[in-house]
Amino acid sequence: MSITYLEAIREAQANALRDDPRVYIYGQDVATLGGAFKATKNLAQEFPGRVLDSPISEDAMVGSAIGAAIEGMRPIVEMQFADFSSVAFTQIVNQAATLFWRTQVPCPITIRLPSGGNPGSGPFHSQNLESLYAHFPGLVVMTPGTVEDAYTMLVEAVEIDDPVIFCEHKYLYNRLKAASLPDTGLPCGKARVARQGRDLTIVAYGVMVQEALTAAKLLSQEHIEVEIVDLRSVKPIDLETVLASVARTARLLCVGESFPWGGVNAEIIAAVATHGFHLLDAPPVRINSKDTPVPYHPNLWNVHKPSSQVIVKTAHQLLRW
Amino acid sequence: MLHTLKEPRRDVVPSDIKEQYIKAFNWMLLSRILEQKLASLWHASKIAGGVYLGKGQEAISTALGMILKSGDVFGPLIRDQAGRLAFGEPLIDVFRNHFGTQTAPTQGRDGNIHRGRLREGYHAMISHLGTLVSVVVGALMAHRFKGETSVIGATSIGDGGTSTGSFHEAMNMAAVEKLPLVVVISNNQYAFSTPTNRQFACQDLVDRAIGYGVEGYSMDGTDLRECLEVMGQAADRARLGHGPQLVVGNCLRLNGHAEHDDAAYVDKALFDTSLGRDCLEVAECYLQEQQWADETEIKRWKEEAKRQVEEAAAKAQDEPVADPTNDDWCPYATPRIAKAMFVQ
Repeated sequence: MSITYLEAIREAQANALRDDPRVYIYGQDVATLGGAFKATKNLAQEFPGRVLDSPISEDAMVGSAIGAAIEGMRPIVEMQFADFSSVAFTQIVNQAATLFWRTQVPCPITIRLPSGGNPGSGPFHSQNLESLYAHFPGLVVMTPGTVEDAYTMLVEAVEIDDPVIFCEHKYLYNRLKAASLPDTGLPCGKARVARQGRDLTIVAYGVMVQEALTAAKLLSQEHIEVEIVDLRSVKPIDLETVLASVARTARLLCVGESFPWGGVNAEIIAAVATHGFHLLDAPPVRINSKDTPVPYHPNLWNVHKPSSQVIVKTAHQLLRW
Repeated sequence: MLHTLKEPRRDVVPSDIKEQYIKAFNWMLLSRILEQKLASLWHASKIAGGVYLGKGQEAISTALGMILKSGDVFGPLIRDQAGRLAFGEPLIDVFRNHFGTQTAPTQGRDGNIHRGRLREGYHAMISHLGTLVSVVVGALMAHRFKGETSVIGATSIGDGGTSTGSFHEAMNMAAVEKLPLVVVISNNQYAFSTPTNRQFACQDLVDRAIGYGVEGYSMDGTDLRECLEVMGQAADRARLGHGPQLVVGNCLRLNGHAEHDDAAYVDKALFDTSLGRDCLEVAECYLQEQQWADETEIKRWKEEAKRQVEEAAAKAQDEPVADPTNDDWCPYATPRIAKAMFVQ
């Protein structure tokens, strides 16, 4: 018996619908079809009237969720792809993110973003937008990299009184499995040491946790022991756990699948340079995707995103310091 | 069934029109005098940022505020001071938000027209036009989820705001969800400096109602009686389950986009058309024609409005303004999330 990352997301939503009458799900094709990826499979049947197909109107989907949240509901909005949330950008960053600050009335909405690349998905079905949303005060940005976190963090997202951008990675949907789902997990804002090691700290999140674990196995064959910190959420960022790891290893490599400019990796490196400069034996390094739109053909896509091979190569360079 | 009306139905005039008209006139009057005060405070540099006024649109806005009952949902926009007052906004809130006092609805974190009382169904607009419509849609969905079927919502947009994607998405969504929503378009002929012929190409904005599959009405926005009747009917039909109602009120913006704008670009010929009538003057004449109030009584109302405005302004001016050492600088409602945020 095992459960996938995608099933965990479905279970978390079923759980939220079961436990809290204020929860409803709104998104394109989420009802009868059960979502483009089946993340809401059978939920419309199990919870009649609470899982509703929306028009193709991302702006109004989020705007309506905000209005419903003000009136005491806990909406979950499914974007069919993270990329399409750009249509709702104004509602997310201007309306939802500022609401509590302006009015002292909370805005408990959860926006699910099926994120990241898959072979053949191309420029408009592959993007990672966590850095973009993390830029805005008032938003919480979650980036689960395990089946367990996909479940417990989504349950937590619905409970949080602030707007949560839930970046679930599509590549993990059916590829990542766990034996069972936990009852509880670490709270949002706490990172997890996914692997202990002495030679180098890799900070990763989302799909890159798995890529880093693969790289760590390869490096271990050369007796290089990598410590991996899974951020779990990029806003808040658990700097304390990152610094504690860097204190043990003195070397930092940040890995993220998103575009390189001004992102989560840059934020981590800036924070470690400011607060942990004395801990470092080498300049911190980051690995991101290439600084181009995400390509369609798998040959191009495989090179566009960070891979375990690139992580291994970069780790070697960092260890030569 | 699509039910598009271009003329108000005189047969549904409420019997208490006199009482309603007098009440509405007084909201219009209070709004006009209040906005004159805001303008003078701005010119005296007592208000930071801009001051945005609704002169010429008070009839439409008052009717919008008056169709709502306690417990309904209200999403006013930039030129809806009159409607805000009619919906129940205390005068003091207006001055507090313009001065940015610590007691203001937005505590000095936002200013001027960006205010509301969300717990009372009165929403606080952001600057992005059209985005408030879907917020009101969502509030109505919430009431429906909770089985509260007597609630309606009303919101407002300008001719310019109808060009946004947000407006279109929300109108379509409201229609698909068959929500009890009244949307009034105050077609005041200009979006800042842009005339309607650079904004839309349809003959009349009310024609869009057909496209959305909602009931539509066009009304003379300078005629208070017509505004009360048409808006009243739209609200009644929304309450009765006929779905969204789109009302277009035609008028002319009688001030600049804001106090810093002299509106020199406005076609002067428009002032000589029926659009250019001042709805407050029209209403005052009508009151006297109907012998519902005489000059002395109207003068007394004006003096009372002025007294209320001066009193509220003076009180707000005495209150402490936003203080950076007092603000918690926290945009998060969840304490443990706020605590976990990394501060550089």
